[in-house]
Amino acid sequence: MIIADRKPLAELLEMIQDCDRILILGCKGCVTVCNVGGAKEVGILASALKIARKKEGRTLEVDERTLERQCDPEYIEQVKNEVGDYDAVISMACGVGPQFLSTAYPEQRFYPAVNTTSFGGAVQHGVWEERCAGCGQCVIHYFGGMCPIARCSKSLLNGPCGGSAGGKCEISKDVDCIWDMIVRKKTEQGRLEDLLDVKPPKSWDTARDGGPRRSVREELVQ
Amino acid sequence: MSDLKSGSNLEKVLKAGHFAFTGECGPPKGANVEHLKEKVAHLKGMVDAVNVTDNQTAVVRMSSWAASTIMLQEGVEPNFQMVCRDRNRLAMMSDILGVSAMGIRNMLCLSGDHQRFGNHPQSKNVYDIDSMQLIALAKKMRDEGRFLNDEEIDVPPRLFIGAAANPFAEPHEFRPYRLAKKVEAGADFIQTQCIYNMDRFRAFMKRVVDMGIHEKCSILAGVTPMKSVGMAKYMGKMVPGMDVPDELIQRLQGAGKGKVAEEGIRFALEQIEEFREMEGVAGVHLMAIEWEHRVPEIAERAGMLPRPRV
Ligand code: SF4
Ligand code: SF4
Repeated sequence: MIIADRKPLAELLEMIQDCDRILILGCKGCVTVCNVGGAKEVGILASALKIARKKEGRTLEVDERTLERQCDPEYIEQVKNEVGDYDAVISMACGVGPQFLSTAYPEQRFYPAVNTTSFGGAVQHGVWEERCAGCGQCVIHYFGGMCPIARCSKSLLNGPCGGSAGGKCEISKDVDCIWDMIVRKKTEQGRLEDLLDVKPPKSWDTARDGGPRRSVREELVQ
Repeated sequence: MSDLKSGSNLEKVLKAGHFAFTGECGPPKGANVEHLKEKVAHLKGMVDAVNVTDNQTAVVRMSSWAASTIMLQEGVEPNFQMVCRDRNRLAMMSDILGVSAMGIRNMLCLSGDHQRFGNHPQSKNVYDIDSMQLIALAKKMRDEGRFLNDEEIDVPPRLFIGAAANPFAEPHEFRPYRLAKKVEAGADFIQTQCIYNMDRFRAFMKRVVDMGIHEKCSILAGVTPMKSVGMAKYMGKMVPGMDVPDELIQRLQGAGKGKVAEEGIRFALEQIEEFREMEGVAGVHLMAIEWEHRVPEIAERAGMLPRPRV
């Protein structure tokens, strides 16, 4: 899923400083699963903004709503009658949500409440980690099912680099060296030879480097 | 001498069977040509080639190709370093052609330290290709006369291709294999990370010799004399993939006030003496960081002078 972190309250207050009435729009997709932008977090943010405003001696009217998804025009449609009633709308979806909203309702201002970080999953309760960088040409099967593009700090295809120590990446003791894990797994499997040939340079034309990506399923296009 | 790949002094020294001796010099944090020339002057005649670092530790400095060119003008052979962090394949290939055109004949291919350590941690890193692929790219350009896309090069570059190896990084068992991969990719010579743990280096070299890797490339053992106890402790604790044994720290501590640097040099000299005899080691790479003025003394005491004229 897509992982995101909430923006600091001060940043959000700054965004809406000229607003008296706002809508906070959550999403029931990924951001609900990673506990950052679902109905619950919408409620928490609404209270936090109101309290902060009160301290400034001003009031803020906040409505809350959470859509099924914000990455689909079908659901974006559902707010069409009310979206114009507010000074601004804060979207708690990943970076996709406020973009779909902005396109659908060009008159309104939409602010992102979260910083979208990566594609990944929960490794323990309350902790999410990156697993994929969306390179557009998946190669994890060469590396014991682990992605060196997203998970090696240098995206090395022929790692590990000389900074790998104690199973950790040279950038931080909090970051696992994925190449250490790949080598260990292959060694345990008795398949180290899989790592011995030189992997050629990757073609990044399917990644963001090749420009914005687009996926078309012909059978669905009407 | 038509069978030379690059015609560099380093290549010729190694080919003639001499025990090679290379140095290192970091370009200035500015356009201070005079300071660079001063540092280079200390190394002249003392070593066979001098590594010119490329934004080392991700700190911005004068570009390694420009500093290499200045070094060449000063009559010292550069070993131009290139890291994968700052350039994509287009920039790499054009710089490879550029340095070759300027008469630079050695090139060391490195991944590069992550920018998180440097003075611009906000920067975007490139890592379009990795150090292994950079070695293969340089070889392809030189030997096949082709770019990565197979287009023909109008006058290919001539370079003696080097790579780094860190015998002390983990996972240890994999390190000889990674070295073998670099040689397979096209490395003509290898310079190792600074060695302090001699036991582990001996074990590493034994594996390397057993695998026959030393017959396919020249391995230069990395030496950095310790200047102080603080430096030893810092390197052991803070530099990932560096192994500084406690005994060495104790030995330096035991040297007494004002004598630590001398003890550090003595340890380095003992190392060099052992490397001369060690199977599979073809030379020493002396990284006297910001200590260029001590290199003549170290070279002299290590019995490395005069350097062979080939
Ligand atoms: S190889 Fe590419 S698509 Fe596959 S997990 Fe890694 S970044 Fe994602
Ligand atoms: S330490 Fe491991 S994860 Fe970090 S950059 Fe090096 S190989 Fe990649």
